[in-house]
Amino acid sequence: MDFQEVDRTLEKYDHKHSAIISILQDVQGIENYLSEETLRYISERLELSLTRIFDIATFYKAFSLVPRGRHTIKACCGTACHLGGAVRNLDQIERILHVKEGETTDDRMFSLETVNCLGACALAPVIVVDDDYYDGVTPGKIEKILSAYRTESER
Amino acid sequence: MKRISSIVDLENLRESILQKRGSKKTIIRLCLSTGCRAQKSVKVIEALEDEITKQGLQDKVAIKKTGCHGFCEMGPIMVIEPANIFYRQVKPKDVGDIISETVLHGNVVKRLLWKDPQTKELTNTEHDLPVYKKQKKNISYNSGKIDPTDIDDYLAVGGYSALGKALTTMTPAQVVETVVSSGLRGRGGGGFPTGIKWRICSAAPGDIKYIIANGDEGDPGAFMDRSLMEGDPHSIIEGMIIGAFAIGASEGFIYVRKEYPIAIDHLAIAIRQAEKCGLLGNNILSTGFDFTIKIDRGAGAFVCGEETALMISIEGRSGTPRSRPPYPAFEGLWGKPTILNNVETFGNIPKIISKGSDWYSSIGTKKSKGTKIFSLVGKVRNTGLVEVEMGTTLREMIFDIGGGIRKGKRFKAVQTGGPSGGCIPISKIDMPVDYDSLREAGAIMGSGGMIVMDETSCMVDVARYFIHFLLFESCGKCVPCREGLKQMHEILTNICEGRGEKRDIKILTELAHFMTTASLCGLGATAPNPVLSTIRYFRNEYEAHIYDKKCSAGVCKNLFEYVIDEELCNGCTLCKVKCPEQAISGKRKEPHRIDVQKCIKCGICFSLCKREAVRVK
Repeated sequence: MDFQEVDRTLEKYDHKHSAIISILQDVQGIENYLSEETLRYISERLELSLTRIFDIATFYKAFSLVPRGRHTIKACCGTACHLGGAVRNLDQIERILHVKEGETTDDRMFSLETVNCLGACALAPVIVVDDDYYDGVTPGKIEKILSAYRTESER
Repeated sequence: MKRISSIVDLENLRESILQKRGSKKTIIRLCLSTGCRAQKSVKVIEALEDEITKQGLQDKVAIKKTGCHGFCEMGPIMVIEPANIFYRQVKPKDVGDIISETVLHGNVVKRLLWKDPQTKELTNTEHDLPVYKKQKKNISYNSGKIDPTDIDDYLAVGGYSALGKALTTMTPAQVVETVVSSGLRGRGGGGFPTGIKWRICSAAPGDIKYIIANGDEGDPGAFMDRSLMEGDPHSIIEGMIIGAFAIGASEGFIYVRKEYPIAIDHLAIAIRQAEKCGLLGNNILSTGFDFTIKIDRGAGAFVCGEETALMISIEGRSGTPRSRPPYPAFEGLWGKPTILNNVETFGNIPKIISKGSDWYSSIGTKKSKGTKIFSLVGKVRNTGLVEVEMGTTLREMIFDIGGGIRKGKRFKAVQTGGPSGGCIPISKIDMPVDYDSLREAGAIMGSGGMIVMDETSCMVDVARYFIHFLLFESCGKCVPCREGLKQMHEILTNICEGRGEKRDIKILTELAHFMTTASLCGLGATAPNPVLSTIRYFRNEYEAHIYDKKCSAGVCKNLFEYVIDEELCNGCTLCKVKCPEQAISGKRKEPHRIDVQKCIKCGICFSLCKREAVRVK
């Protein structure tokens, strides 16, 4: 972990305790997760108890304490997506990748997450891989969507 | 940018912007909001820019990257001015025709026009579209018309004139009373009168006060706040500055959920621009009034939409609500008097100040004034954002504006108000939409999500969906919410999986009463609404699940089977090829069959069959 970048983030927020949520968000942006080592470092530098930092890192859904895969799949489970068959899509992704929601594949290629709502309800059901949106997804389309990322990474 | 240091400066600047823009250029407005972006509108912009450069048309044509037009179903959306030509589902390959036909020769490209699905009639212009005809765009008017990242665009349409009026011709008390008499009620859910809240806070003792805009839009199925923040961020900022002036705050926060990166970006740009020209910062318009705004990003906790939890989150702790009183208007952020309003509420403020409270209160119903933006989604044809006058009926919204139900299916219910709301059945379709009628019907206005359901939606599953959602979002601080949701979820899951018992409906009702009475915050107190409203209106579905073990909507996996209608099946083999369990058999060009023992009800055959031969039994 490059702690210089963490230091820069801490400075950006003036080492303020009240900015801890923003700090953790920015730091998570560096490695895509928060390692215990990083959290301990932040705790020391901010002179803020590790308990409080862990409280926040586990309370808010945006934070991950385990490493994530190269590609993040976000399956939207908002109401409009749910009615459109989001559960069937999620089942299908889980079946293809052999992971459950919140897990990462053994080859660290994909992490599967669910989100409450992406605000793209008019396009339901939606899944997002990294920053690419797929609208009107059905279980039959999933294999094709995911294989594009696999082949791209193998190149 | 030059600093605007007086109201005269402001008007002069506006005048010079308008003069500069007097030229008769063709303007292509293209939506770059999340919905259209998801449908690749960025690629269309790139193609447009290339084509314009290639043809050397830079002086004749300008591209405007706008926010949401509301008709998200048809994205990417493009409007060409001055003729107001409306094109839908534009792709990069259409750009050549658009430039050579429409821009250079004034002809419409017919294949890109909107076609009425029933009459097959084409509509040329944006203002002739039936979807907009019954709408009344007040708050969402600028979105889709202006470039949200350019303050000049906002100034050109009269932006910040309400701020000028408030700061230079009104006292804080006059501002408060104008908002009180406008009748504006909070757009975030509760519907508390905004002016009264401001009056209480302005009278609260203390030198330091805060103002917060809630853009944490957590209700699944709602995205009007996102669109407003993305498409017209300056209107929210202007509303906040006026609010801060009214209550005497010098510091403000906008709390936005991190799932909305474009909204965060556009708000940050707008704040920087307002600071640069002196509309935020010290001594605004030389009136001695100081005010700054910071953005706080939510980190994925639904409960942080609750006001006390949101404030605790801004303070940098895990956002769990606290009991009220003391109300935030007396003791809010860091214990100081604080006003928290929804971003859409703030979006109303500039209009009220500019046009007056009489104008505002003439719109809407007796107790619900103004217009409201709804996100109309689900099984309706024209999904997207709609803004209507309070009191518009559900029928007008779903059938006239929304174009009715998709694929000729039957309307079953409409869910309003997110997880705190309820489901309204067909018998109430002519009900006017306002705060009080919705509450009477067992739902709430909420932030404005309106999710339409048809015969393929299972109402028990919908109730379970919301309870499941809330179970994971409950902060766990108080027992009624934490344990009540857990019990409700277990019972509903049993019903959905075929283990429902006779007593379940009664227990659910009792639990609901207990949670409503004893929960600490609104999340727990309103959590039973989806259950109660579905029991109230769709009791027969609960009974079919419990006694007959049947889910006629084809949602609860244990309670239905997929069968192939042999009359309709033409033996194309698509389902057979795609079935992951090899549960389908049949020869080419002969009717196929599903082996119910092998079928895992993944729904692939159901979604693939073009002849709709796969049925739910």
